[in-house]
Amino acid sequence: MIGIIKYKAGNLASVSNALNRLGADYFISNDIQKLEQAKAIIFPGVGHAAAAMDDLRSKDLDVWLKNTKKPVLGICLGMQLLYESSEEGDSTTLGIIPGRLKKFDSAKAKVPHMGWNKFKPLKEHPIINGIGDKQFLYYVHGYYAPTNDYTLATCHYIQDFAAVVAKDNFIGVQFHPEKSGQVGSLLLQNFLSMIK
Amino acid sequence: MLTKRIIPCLDIKDGRTVKGVNFVGLRDAGDPVELAQRYTTEGADELVFLDITATKEKRKTLVKLVEDIAKHINIPFTVGGGITSVDEIADILRAGADKVSLNSSIVRNPELLTLASDAFGSQAIVAAVDAKRKGNSWEVYVKGGSEPTGIDALEWMMGTEKLGAGEILLTSMDRDGTKAGFDLELLNKANSIVTIPVIASGGAGTIQHCCDAVLQGHADAVLAASIFHFREIEIADLKKEMAREGISVRM
Repeated sequence: MIGIIKYKAGNLASVSNALNRLGADYFISNDIQKLEQAKAIIFPGVGHAAAAMDDLRSKDLDVWLKNTKKPVLGICLGMQLLYESSEEGDSTTLGIIPGRLKKFDSAKAKVPHMGWNKFKPLKEHPIINGIGDKQFLYYVHGYYAPTNDYTLATCHYIQDFAAVVAKDNFIGVQFHPEKSGQVGSLLLQNFLSMIK
Repeated sequence: MLTKRIIPCLDIKDGRTVKGVNFVGLRDAGDPVELAQRYTTEGADELVFLDITATKEKRKTLVKLVEDIAKHINIPFTVGGGITSVDEIADILRAGADKVSLNSSIVRNPELLTLASDAFGSQAIVAAVDAKRKGNSWEVYVKGGSEPTGIDALEWMMGTEKLGAGEILLTSMDRDGTKAGFDLELLNKANSIVTIPVIASGGAGTIQHCCDAVLQGHADAVLAASIFHFREIEIADLKKEMAREGISVRM
């Protein structure tokens, strides 16, 4: 059973529809006791980093997320919040993965980075099984995560940034697998296979 | 490399897809969910649904339709038409839409744009601008293109970006439904003054028109309706030709 974290910045309908299409069992909750019963966690998110963190803190979900040993898949803003801080609202985020989120320079290209783009795998990892540098995934974000030792794949827009990241039990994807057609479904299926 | 997006637009009236010429003269073009699935399979990058008869009483029907669409398709989609409040936006996004497009309501009440982007993030808020040529400039029209506002379209687009829009859906009213090609001058000017993505709309009739919108108009995405509904152009053929012209597309 997957627990989807319910908070203000969640794109819950899209994630739950995608899991329905894959036939996966899930529930949506912001209750720590309930989430403790899940085998794995999906941490979705769209919107503003500071507002999202405020909402997580108000339910103590920030501390719980940081300490959980369950497999966690952060999507888009959910991935960004795994890092230490963000230029967005100058916010302190969860601090699970080192690094600070930066804003794309709108003098160089349109911001947000919106649409379908490819990534370049740097390391092998079960989450990106079967997905290489030829497939497209759907991105929409104005801030980007720097690449570092935990980056599994990079995407290029204005500069290289982290498209997929993993550290211990935490995985983050900058794109929206729930909105990325068949390739996105494959990534979600990979996550489901990892936690079986 | 970020690809240019091909976006079929489905005008919805009473739960059916329709398409008119110059905003009038509607023709039935099928079931929206079936069409949405067909486009997704055929390689559409996103979809736009515009409820052209949206009234308060019909809002619930629209929310149901959005839920139905979201269950069946796995690519991003935008919903617009007569949306006037943050609550209505919340209903539509909660039903599974990725973005809402706002048109007349933000001209009347620009603050709505800021409230909406603060609440849901600018990535979820599309400013739809209906522009009609007037001498050397373009004027913003509202209410489905029936009412001139006296507002300069280029200035308004800059305004929507400042107020919080994450994307602009720019429709040339002079070209809409004519299949005479996009208004490239309008597109080009718009893309030189805003830093958010611009979707070209109004006038697509041939594959070349769509290439021109990107190569000459610098559009980030190309939207069309009837050429796709009536299978005058297949999305796969369009993308192949765009790629041949050096445009980055998702194949």
